[in-house]
Amino acid sequence: MIELNPMVIFIAAIFTNNMILSNFLGMCSFVAVSKEINTSLGLGQAVTFVLAGTSIINYLVYHYILVPFNLEFLRFIIFIISIAAFVQLIEMIMEKYIPNLYYALGIFLPLITVNCAILGVSLFMIIREYSFLQSFAFAVGSGIGWTMAIVALAGIRQRLKRATVPKGLEGPGITLIVTGLMAMAFIGFSGIVQIQ
Amino acid sequence: MAKQSSKEIFSLGVWSDNPVFRQLIGICSALAVTNSLTNSLIMGLGLTFVTALSSFTISAIRQFTPKHIRMMVQVLIIAAYVIIVDIFLKAYYPEFSKTLGAYVGLIITNCIIMGRAEAFAQKNKPWPSFLDGIANGIGYSAVLLFIAFFRELMGFGTLFGFQILGDWWTSWTIMIMPPSAFFLLAIVIWITHNIQHRNEKSEVAKS
Repeated sequence: MIELNPMVIFIAAIFTNNMILSNFLGMCSFVAVSKEINTSLGLGQAVTFVLAGTSIINYLVYHYILVPFNLEFLRFIIFIISIAAFVQLIEMIMEKYIPNLYYALGIFLPLITVNCAILGVSLFMIIREYSFLQSFAFAVGSGIGWTMAIVALAGIRQRLKRATVPKGLEGPGITLIVTGLMAMAFIGFSGIVQIQ
Repeated sequence: MAKQSSKEIFSLGVWSDNPVFRQLIGICSALAVTNSLTNSLIMGLGLTFVTALSSFTISAIRQFTPKHIRMMVQVLIIAAYVIIVDIFLKAYYPEFSKTLGAYVGLIITNCIIMGRAEAFAQKNKPWPSFLDGIANGIGYSAVLLFIAFFRELMGFGTLFGFQILGDWWTSWTIMIMPPSAFFLLAIVIWITHNIQHRNEKSEVAKS
């Protein structure tokens, strides 16, 4: 693996390797939540935050506990537990100390545990053998990229409400087509940087 | 929920309540692996295996699981089966394991499995839950294979890696890139919604 500058990975994760538009991760909540700009912005923030936190935890756990004991095959279980635990912990801390943010993000936090993007980022950073800084940059970049995509889609969907859509395509169908068009637009970025 | 015969369970899972185009869940992985038929087939088999067995297990221990930690228990059971699939692929089909990469692990967060566990296995006996898992797995695989068929045929001119279309065929690069997956899934949803809509209408007209 060529040593990549963390900054390069950060940019690549936002634009060229966008979590939704090129890796299809986090689609479930993407389609369900992207109805309004405000809620999708909230969810995006929460996802970015959890991504940054869990990538650090999972990186440390994987390299300092699982690898020395040859327990790599347990990584799925460990990652999902650490994500669930992190989300719980954040929820409790926020409720106690920053209630404003808690009420803003509150309902989204439990949803995040089952968001494929979180587990996906943790798995990708292991498979691609990123260093600590690279993993962190990748996680934050992915979060920002995800937020950007979902907010953009929410904006488009708000306009779509007034459009007439063929009967069978209403709802999820047209959302997927819009996402496809966005993905095509993002291919245009692929010249900037490329990570595999 | 009323007792359902195995035939009803199958028709619900595969067609009228298909996880992908009816409930719109589990599409994360559905889109990512569909640029080749072989990958989709393996993914479909893996998911069917995990859904069926985890539904079976969850249903078997449903009376002993405390209600408030049941999510955690379910996730752990699912993760255990996913690890089996992962190790199996690594041992016998290392090249597929490499191309599928992280997506095997992402079966855990596939909402289909959690969805079936919550909606069906929680309330039913082990055997029907097992069938329900298989039916949903088949429904999911069918959509995957359908999309993969077009993407691989038009993108590479091959099916399962064998050359089908001759030299005259110009490969559509767009078909192996992400956007085509979105478009094709949208088309699948469109077609199936229309068919199901028409069936409902004709049933109403009959009665």
